Amino acid sequence: MYDFGVTKLMGLALVGGLLTISAAGQAYKAPRTADGKPNLNGIWQAVNSADWDLLGHAAAQGPVLSLGAVFSRPPGLSVVEGDEIPYLPAALARKKSNQADWVKLDPEVKCYLPGVPRATYLPYPFQIIQSQKTIMVAYEYAGAVRTINLEAPTKAPADSWMGWSNGRWEGESLVVDVSSQNDETWFDHAGDYHSDALHVIERYTPRSADTLNYEATIEDSKVFSRPWKISMPLYRHVEKDAKLLEYKCVEFAEEVLYGPLRKKPRTNP
Amino acid sequence: MQSRLLLVTAAIAALSFGQAARKPGAPTKAWQAPRTPDGVADIQGFWNNSTLTPLERPKALGTKEFYTEEEFAELSRRVREGKIGAEADLGAAAEQTLRYDLSLYGFDITKATFASNRRTSLIVGPEGVVPPMLPQARKRNADRAAKNKGHEFDSYENRPLQERCILLGQERIPMLSGPNDNNELQIVQGRGWVVLLHEINHDTRVIPTDGRPHIAQRIRQYQGDSVGHWEGDTLVVDTTNFMDIGNFRGSGEKLHLIERFTRTAENTLLYGFTVEDPETWATPWTAEVPMTRSEGPVYEWACHEGNTMISTILNGARVAEAEAAKKGK
Repeated sequence: MYDFGVTKLMGLALVGGLLTISAAGQAYKAPRTADGKPNLNGIWQAVNSADWDLLGHAAAQGPVLSLGAVFSRPPGLSVVEGDEIPYLPAALARKKSNQADWVKLDPEVKCYLPGVPRATYLPYPFQIIQSQKTIMVAYEYAGAVRTINLEAPTKAPADSWMGWSNGRWEGESLVVDVSSQNDETWFDHAGDYHSDALHVIERYTPRSADTLNYEATIEDSKVFSRPWKISMPLYRHVEKDAKLLEYKCVEFAEEVLYGPLRKKPRTNP
Repeated sequence: MQSRLLLVTAAIAALSFGQAARKPGAPTKAWQAPRTPDGVADIQGFWNNSTLTPLERPKALGTKEFYTEEEFAELSRRVREGKIGAEADLGAAAEQTLRYDLSLYGFDITKATFASNRRTSLIVGPEGVVPPMLPQARKRNADRAAKNKGHEFDSYENRPLQERCILLGQERIPMLSGPNDNNELQIVQGRGWVVLLHEINHDTRVIPTDGRPHIAQRIRQYQGDSVGHWEGDTLVVDTTNFMDIGNFRGSGEKLHLIERFTRTAENTLLYGFTVEDPETWATPWTAEVPMTRSEGPVYEWACHEGNTMISTILNGARVAEAEAAKKGK
């Protein structure tokens, strides 16, 4: 006589086994470029309010009252692991004074180059163009750009706003070491900042056909007591003929920078 | 009988075709560019488009398009001795009353070169000069200048785009430059795209090569909208949608630019362009300059971030006005 109990048990074990294999063993494997690397080519964008504040934050009144609900701070979950940025005590005071006066002090208001990782989560798309020896990342904001060297790492000739990037492949991930950024950029409108000792390690890992997982480990011994990490998904622009357009924002920042030097005050606000 | 005639005709045709295709002195087998893994011509790397060859042909040379090898060797010798004549265009390196002394930045005139294809001017053809500007274009540009006259120092809006770090002269397309600086170009190719990073003002052009159409005409940009495609081993880039800000050499918003990038040798990228604007020139005109391979890297050119020009100039104007007012003019 056939023992259905055993069969059922065997059946369940088999299914369970298969489920276990698919959950644990199968990390997503992206299609390859012609030279066999995960294909990161595409136009990507973060969809969050990390540029307002990396930490978890509720909605709040924006800085220009006349813009009402069009320009107030949206709410956002934290992109910082542990929801804490480990400032040294003196540095925390500086973050707070930055935050209190951010409209005057945030370099993004002046259309200055954003540095890394802020360039990744600005509310504008960016594009990865991937070749064998080099990956170029072009950002719509301010036409910012950086070159990731995939060959033997090289040293920065000088400090710069966007830093010096050396990258390598680790399995499915692109790992990028970013050094030699100057101390002029911020991480967000909430006054989070760094010194010229900033060192960033990024990981770009495809998690599905149209999403990447982005992680950045940040260390700066002059400002933070230990390294800390942010992570977020990046979404592919899948619309037909997606393309970066020009956001040459210098002209939008000039009134802020040079308005007081006008011969006559502006007639319209 | 008929078939023999056909054979003879065919033989004659084949012979003449072969002779027409082969110019005297040309190599029997054309150099072929290596391929990227995606199978298109590889034009990647660092390139430099600096050249002493002027855009327009010196009048004394008339319709002469090419120097002979002897003349070219003589020109190169004169460069090494620092004796550049009218045949050269020094751009901003030329002697001026008030100038950047480019020798301060390491500019060594004896290292500058003429275009390797021995052209007497970058503009091709017997005329070798930019066609005359149409009257309507002259008026358009004169009106623009007149509007600014007397207001040149009123505010940042009255200053040129290059002073504002919005669009530098050498940043414009088509890419033309003198022999001095910021002529570095880095090209990277990803599947279906080519990106050109021009060192000057970190100008980045990301160009699709999938044959897509231009963006909507309503969208105007400083550097227009570029779409590309491959014609054999030549990358052809078509750009329209320019803003009406006073464009390349006084052209307007109908400017239409066609650029061609062809790697003609291991270390040479031939850059050619045809410019047309029916509201500026009666006819299109074409130029070409062989770019030479360069060492790199491309440095970050953070123009706006380091801009002290506007504040200094406007401040100076305000101080001068205040002093004039004090003196009672």
